[in-house]
Amino acid sequence: MRVGFLHSLIRKDEKLLIAELRGRGDVELVFLDDRKLAFDFRNVPDVDVVLERCINHSRAMHALRLFEGAGLDCVNRYEVSRRCGDKILTAASLQECGVPQPEARVAFTEESALEAIEELGYPVVLKPAVGSWGRLLSRINDRHAAETVLEHKAILGSYHHSIFFVQKYVEKGGRDIRAFVVGDDCVAAIFRSSEHWITNTARGGTASNCPVTSEIAELSLRAAAAMGGGVVAVDLLESGGELLVNEVNYTMEFRNSIEATGVNIPERIVSYVVSPDRAADR
Amino acid sequence: MPECPVCGAEPTISDDPVEGELLECEECGVELEILALDPITLGEAPDAEEDWGE
Repeated sequence: MRVGFLHSLIRKDEKLLIAELRGRGDVELVFLDDRKLAFDFRNVPDVDVVLERCINHSRAMHALRLFEGAGLDCVNRYEVSRRCGDKILTAASLQECGVPQPEARVAFTEESALEAIEELGYPVVLKPAVGSWGRLLSRINDRHAAETVLEHKAILGSYHHSIFFVQKYVEKGGRDIRAFVVGDDCVAAIFRSSEHWITNTARGGTASNCPVTSEIAELSLRAAAAMGGGVVAVDLLESGGELLVNEVNYTMEFRNSIEATGVNIPERIVSYVVSPDRAADR
Repeated sequence: MPECPVCGAEPTISDDPVEGELLECEECGVELEILALDPITLGEAPDAEEDWGE
């Protein structure tokens, strides 16, 4: 089987996947560096499946659309990248599938965003629709901060920063849960803990094993299905005895979670990618 | 041995280097990218862009 590896920069996560792919006797690895590709809407690389591992969301999403349009089998699928890569589309998909999530509002002007924030009640979290690693998140505790942040985003940001996605702040007790979904299985989960309200490991949060309860598995699989399935990391918040889905990531990073969970996550991903059953279900 | 383009030190290269691989110069701490394999050539890694992530 020829596996196309769509990438740009190679992080430790990609190195682990490459090592796993190279260890399979029946896999021929074909590197597809998104910085070197040029598409003509017809011809595609001679591969059986593409494993997407781009660091840029915009490149990943468009490349997947073009590859799929030309008939290639891709993991993840374009639609999954589109829904996961935009927090507003994620929230809409979760809502349509009845998946619990923090209360949220979307507004298009500073004035309507301020009204939405006041209606939700402080504190709230203002998030860019596209972004990752906890960057440019604003926890807003009062009206003065709301007015300031909204004005800064409207004036200093590019146009999509004036599409305001506001979530009710969820008190999560210093941690959240990241659950790793591969196909029909929730293969592992970690607690991400931090004294900071942003618990991303990219921002200093520490990973420890989280037992995959039936509740975590069931909700994570529902969230993954709402995005279109595949290989995703589901971020969960514990709130008042229930779990809420906060975000879903489609080019998931797992390097800090293998040792913590004891699960060989790259092995699970590669087994899914090369599985004849998965390809047959396309 | 390939040199760090910033400080001239010789960063440790993994046993199985890949084009595009990120590594850190132990001497000056700058993040580097492997630009070519034969011979191994290092450049400064690009700065994070707005849509980078997972």
